[in-house]
Amino acid sequence: MGYRLKMRIWRGDQSGGDLGDYEVEVSEGEVVLDAIHRVQATQAGDLAVRWNCKAGKCGSCSAEINGRPRLMCMTRLSDFDPVETVTVTPMRSFPVIRDLVTDVSFNYEKASELPSFAPPPRDADGKRRMAQVDVERGQEFRKCIECFLCQNTCHVVRDHEENKPAFAGPRFFLRYAELDMHPLDTHDRRQLAQGAAGLGMCNITKCCTEVCPENIKITDNAIIPMKERVVDRKFDPLVWLGSKIGLRNRDNDGRTEV
Amino acid sequence: MSDRHPMTGNEMSGSEPGGLERHQYDVVVVGAGGAGLRAAIAAHDAGARTAIVCKSLLGKAHTVMAEGGIAAAMGNRWPEDNWEVHFRDTMRGGKMLNNWRMAQLHAQEAPERVMELEDWGALFDRTEDGLISQRDFGGHKYARLAHVGDRTGLEMIRTLQQRAVALGIDVFMECTVTELLKDGSGSIAGAFAYWRETGRFVVFEAPSVVLATGGIGKSFKVTSNSWEYTGDGHALALRAGASLINMEFVQFHPTGMVWPPSVKGLLVTESVRGDGGILKNSDGKRFMFDYIPEFFKAETADTIEEADRWYDDKKNNRRPPELLPRDEVARAINSEIKAGRGSPHGGIFLDIASRRTPDYIRKRLPSMYHQFKELADVDITQEPMEIGPTCHYVMGGIEVDPDTELAAVPGLYAVGECSGGMHGSNRLGGNSLSDLLVFGRRAGEAAAARADSMGQSRPTVRDDDVRAAQASALAPFDVEGDENPYAIQHDLQQSMNDLVGIIRTRGELEQSLQEIEKLKERAKRMTVEGHRQYNPGWHLAIDLRNMLLVSECIAKAALAREESRGGHTRDDFPQTDHEVWGTKNLVCNVDATGAGIDLSEKPLPVMPDELKKYFD
Ligand SMILES: Cc1cc2nc3c(=O)[nH]c(=O)nc-3n(C[C@H](O)[C@H](O)[C@H](O)COP(=O)(O)OP(=O)(O)OC[C@H]3O[C@@H](n4cnc5c(N)ncnc54)[C@H](O)[C@@H]3O)c2cc1C
Ligand code: SF4
Ligand code: SF4
Ligand code: FES
Repeated sequence: MGYRLKMRIWRGDQSGGDLGDYEVEVSEGEVVLDAIHRVQATQAGDLAVRWNCKAGKCGSCSAEINGRPRLMCMTRLSDFDPVETVTVTPMRSFPVIRDLVTDVSFNYEKASELPSFAPPPRDADGKRRMAQVDVERGQEFRKCIECFLCQNTCHVVRDHEENKPAFAGPRFFLRYAELDMHPLDTHDRRQLAQGAAGLGMCNITKCCTEVCPENIKITDNAIIPMKERVVDRKFDPLVWLGSKIGLRNRDNDGRTEV
Repeated sequence: MSDRHPMTGNEMSGSEPGGLERHQYDVVVVGAGGAGLRAAIAAHDAGARTAIVCKSLLGKAHTVMAEGGIAAAMGNRWPEDNWEVHFRDTMRGGKMLNNWRMAQLHAQEAPERVMELEDWGALFDRTEDGLISQRDFGGHKYARLAHVGDRTGLEMIRTLQQRAVALGIDVFMECTVTELLKDGSGSIAGAFAYWRETGRFVVFEAPSVVLATGGIGKSFKVTSNSWEYTGDGHALALRAGASLINMEFVQFHPTGMVWPPSVKGLLVTESVRGDGGILKNSDGKRFMFDYIPEFFKAETADTIEEADRWYDDKKNNRRPPELLPRDEVARAINSEIKAGRGSPHGGIFLDIASRRTPDYIRKRLPSMYHQFKELADVDITQEPMEIGPTCHYVMGGIEVDPDTELAAVPGLYAVGECSGGMHGSNRLGGNSLSDLLVFGRRAGEAAAARADSMGQSRPTVRDDDVRAAQASALAPFDVEGDENPYAIQHDLQQSMNDLVGIIRTRGELEQSLQEIEKLKERAKRMTVEGHRQYNPGWHLAIDLRNMLLVSECIAKAALAREESRGGHTRDDFPQTDHEVWGTKNLVCNVDATGAGIDLSEKPLPVMPDELKKYFD
């Protein structure tokens, strides 16, 4: 079943680089990361690449494969024709460190700007109670493996370095939505999401949702509801009417704005 | 100088004079898995200036891969459950070789540690009453594992990571520690590391260092572990003068993927069995009933009918044999395969498709569903999985004081998978994540207290040691050799798998020690290409030294222990010998040359009578 796969892998660093041609033996059931590892072990010992779990669980091995943002460990070679050349390049929205490794610190900065969870005291017996249906909304968002592929893909920052300071990106809109929908949180972060995090700059193109390896419905389930909640806060007459006739969600009642 | 990154602390420019940065902290935690993060949070909360140093990006440590759950006797499903039952299960699972005090503290403190995660934002699955749900796992008498589907580790690491970030703890990510530094009196003075990104060196000066570096699985060919599991903490501690215990006990998880080859070893969570999955051989026989050991007979169902009733009525039925502790199940699977009753790709069958509805399976086991679908073209709601044993966890590790996690070197602490004693000869599923939390917190507090008690008179790092650490890290660039680190790693993995695997014999263990000596010689001639900037070949060359040292510990201890117990099975000594081996640990230290291992014996701490009563 084995064959020789032709690959082009971007090699270089901050000062520039180029696609290098490689040919490597691959076998049935293998993924792009296997091929990269074999190149590393046999032809280019210093080829830089991030990975940990090799099972789509840690979100380390993000790259662009034939131009599409994907996890290398979850991209099977059987998706390609054996005669096809597979091209692997680093994520484009982040500065290259070396080869396929990029500087993703943008995401860690954005994470640190986000006010954390603030629960009320526990129940009298020292436990907390939440209904399964209520935690499920947040659980969908907490599936995020922080691969940052959505951050890499979103056109607001892709090729628009100037937007980065004011835009947290889809991964962190998820986090805002998660906390907003948390049954116990006491903070109201809607203003912050809209302002400092740049939710308003998102024009719901759904490109982030398309690349999410966890299949999180980032746009439909997090961003759009979050936008609606922000509007709600501004006393949009329609939403106000909705609230009068009982359509409005009550997640933000009794919260303190941060 | 430079735009040091505000969050990562990373050095983006190379213009630092001499290429050496120095940082002063009260507590330096090496590792950002569950154990390291929990320790750092505790140290910070106790008022210590704390840093976390880790090899990968924050949030990518091995803990992220844990699937099944966190064991804690919260009693949310079974009010009968309490720390005493959990303690008993843990000791029996470890075949009584556990450090009793650690097992006791663990069982007592785990529930509060889990609820703390909830205070920090974790969203666990719920019971009908809205409490944290608890699921069944092998070796646990009651449903006890707090979980989030089958991605509990992700929930845990994200919660702790977000907490650490919110507290503003400094994180040095993609920064690898290669040596511990001591002062003239032998106390910890700091740690020496390099940035993966730039290849530049860093010296951390701190009177307390907490090792939380995880396991050693990368020394085996078939493993569920990632590249990080090269036994760094084990080896750092050894070289600093601490000792390792229980190194012969390596857990082979019964259910790893066997096909396709590229994913061989990848874990299939025990929750599949906890949620109703059963094991079958090629004759379609549910074979685990043939492998119930005497030790667990009283609590294990001996008919299919009873086993199947247990899922709904736990009071009146005993547990299915599929949920025996891992060592038992792994050995049974191994025997079936050896007897020629295996599946087409050399495993056996794990079947949940014929026992639960597709909806239930997708809901309870979403990442298993995803993993098989995407990587093996198998729909687990329709057909059985093929699985076989995979190297998963090391019970052995750094010997520590049970209450403070202090190792034999003053100022050195160890927690999580790199520490030893807690799990005895075999770890129960779910007991690792709780171990990380319980002892992480204890170590962080003890490390902070030590730093605090020292005031200004702190141990100082010696320049000679820094120069030596630097020279040793750079050696692979200077050697004019002919050996490739990837080839040496490959040969080590193959030989550990073949000779020190799930079933062991004297002849093979002796041979493995000879192989390790040869590999050590080859490692001296190992050379790397390229330069210091993000160079995986160089990183591996540094890690290999640790892998070789730790592999030697495993093989030597396995050769010495002439009995079978938990994660150590000797074909030539199949019995568990309580008289001779039930009362002592094997201890590894570096020998006088610094490059080899000396083995000694040490009596096991004796359990007080008030705890002994649980085992009558
Ligand atoms: C697939 C899988 C599933 C599992 N499922 C479960 C489960 O359901 N329940 C359970 O209880 N247990 C489970 N386990 C076991 C459990 O996940 C691990 O034992 C546990 O997460 C180890 O945590 P840790 O904090 O000790 O180390 P890790 O989480 O592995 O973290 C180690 C850290 O140390 C760092 N490090 C290592 N060496 C160095 C160095 N030289 N310098 C700097 N940093 C270094 C790494 O970068 C990393 O940050 C599972 C394990 C696997 C592999
Ligand atoms: S939907 Fe919004 S966040 Fe997602 S890619 Fe489009 S603009 Fe970016
Ligand atoms: S939301 Fe999806 S694409 Fe974005 S970081 Fe998380 S897992 Fe990756
Ligand atoms: S290596 Fe973890 S997601 Fe690919």
